[in-house]
Amino acid sequence: MNNTTQETASTKIEELNKIASQVRRDIVRMVHACQSGHPGASLGCTEFFVALYFKFLRHHAHFNMSGEGEDLFFLSNGHISPVWYSVLARSGYFPLEELNTFRKINSRLQGHPATEEGLPGVRVASGSLGQGLSVAIGAAQAKKQINDPNLVFVLMGDGEQQEGQIWEAAMYAAHYGVDNLIATLDYNGQQIDGPVDEIMSLKNIKAKWEAFGWDVLDSQGNDFESLLPAMQHAIDRTGNGKPIINIMTTQMGQGVDFMVGTHKWHGIAPNDEQLASALAQLEETLGDY
Amino acid sequence: MTKYTFTEKQDTRSGFGAGLLELGRTNSKVVALCADLTGSLKMGDFKKEFPDRFFQVGIAEANMMGLAAGMSINGLIPFTGTFANFSTGRVYDQIRQSIAYSEKNVKICASHAGVTLGEDGATHQILEDLGMMKMLPNMTVINPCDFNQTKAATIAIADHHGPVYLRFGRPKVPIFTPDDQQFEIGRAIRFTEGHDVSIFATGHLLWHAIEAEAKLADQGISAEVINIHTIKPLDQQAVLASISKTKCAVSAEEHQLNGGLGDSIAQLLARTQPTPLEMVGVDDQFGESGKPADLMEKYGLSTNDIFEAVLKVLERK
Repeated sequence: MNNTTQETASTKIEELNKIASQVRRDIVRMVHACQSGHPGASLGCTEFFVALYFKFLRHHAHFNMSGEGEDLFFLSNGHISPVWYSVLARSGYFPLEELNTFRKINSRLQGHPATEEGLPGVRVASGSLGQGLSVAIGAAQAKKQINDPNLVFVLMGDGEQQEGQIWEAAMYAAHYGVDNLIATLDYNGQQIDGPVDEIMSLKNIKAKWEAFGWDVLDSQGNDFESLLPAMQHAIDRTGNGKPIINIMTTQMGQGVDFMVGTHKWHGIAPNDEQLASALAQLEETLGDY
Repeated sequence: MTKYTFTEKQDTRSGFGAGLLELGRTNSKVVALCADLTGSLKMGDFKKEFPDRFFQVGIAEANMMGLAAGMSINGLIPFTGTFANFSTGRVYDQIRQSIAYSEKNVKICASHAGVTLGEDGATHQILEDLGMMKMLPNMTVINPCDFNQTKAATIAIADHHGPVYLRFGRPKVPIFTPDDQQFEIGRAIRFTEGHDVSIFATGHLLWHAIEAEAKLADQGISAEVINIHTIKPLDQQAVLASISKTKCAVSAEEHQLNGGLGDSIAQLLARTQPTPLEMVGVDDQFGESGKPADLMEKYGLSTNDIFEAVLKVLERK
């Protein structure tokens, strides 16, 4: 790598970090404004969403439900809608000020993502867990069916691995060699009732996916230096006859010190004082909505 | 003597298989998914002729519903096939979130509905599926009556954009509707014109309603038999037009009384034009193993049950 590209890469990371800081501000402000929602894993997955939408996803400026000729993303763990909505708005899918309507009546920004109100960027409802992987696999197979070379991405939670449907889908995708699909597992170790290891241990989750016949990668999800090459690596490995899963280690609540690493901030909103404390830790880089 | 006769019996699931095969030839967007019941669903011909458009899912119905939702996104028209029980109750939330709420163009095709599944018993004889499916917003619910109607309905739903539940069955039953019919979703069909009582029948019970009509005619009772093949949206105009003439009605279906066709008609009548209504269906019971015809007798779904229901409702007029 020559100096110029090195500089470009580091500049890029600096830009992505700026976007991530703003997205985190959006997340805590959205959840605070309606006093409900799921800040923990939204904060934990911020780098992933920013990297996906601002670097890797080949997508059109104008939303088209069919997604023909573009990469698709599905969010299976729909409760982390705040981070998705923020990134969608900041990628131009809908006006930023619409983030004000999150979880409020007559909004397109439903508590969990939905298509009924026509929110650009969302192609299927999610939130009832375990369903998104199946949908993504179907979409990936359909792309093959119509000779569309684009990729399909899907994000799942780690608690969500407890749903049986995940493993039906895992078996299926390997059987059919759905290799235009990149699944990411948000491995933050927390679920609503407590640490995943205490609630229902995943044991060796990597070995499980390998045993199902997937190409299993891992990454550190809160560090662009690690995450960007890992995501590129996953993309490079598509087309090799196996579905790909990236087990991405993250910290729930990343970026807000009092929310980090605990299940307690899975699904509650900060009060005014906590909001102020959180915002003091997150630089406003692109302007609040 | 009924105005309708038949020379051949065939299962409605074979009508589905024939319709699907025809769709394979005429609509390149149609794909089929099956959860290890290709033979039972009569999807084998489609699979043979269009192997690249057939997806064997294995015994994993929840995944099948999600796959179908995903496949529909860029314009494919997925038809899922398994037993009615595994097409509905087993996967209700998958259908609700990924298909109905998400307005996906998926056709859920369900065989072996009702007690006529026979010997396998109540574990497989679902009698609640119409109710579950009709409660879902965005869902169209269709229950055809014979081979020809099932074939026509299968072809018609490919042209309807939106989720559809298509329910059919296992036993061989009379073929008495035309083989060249155009199936119109949501449009009831009048089989006999009458002025004393309206009989609204769906699925396998339509033939029994036609038999009951002949028996009633022998006693000087004029029954109007109307086939409600589309449970939702209900053809309200057809129902109201008929009862405005007859002033009483009987519903007939191979389904629980709770949540079925009779329930939909009762709601309509109560809200618009209160009218005596008797309902032929299964009254809050599970089925059991046995021969289909014996089960239809035991669970109150026979020609005679419709006949008796008519006599009863005439008393209430």
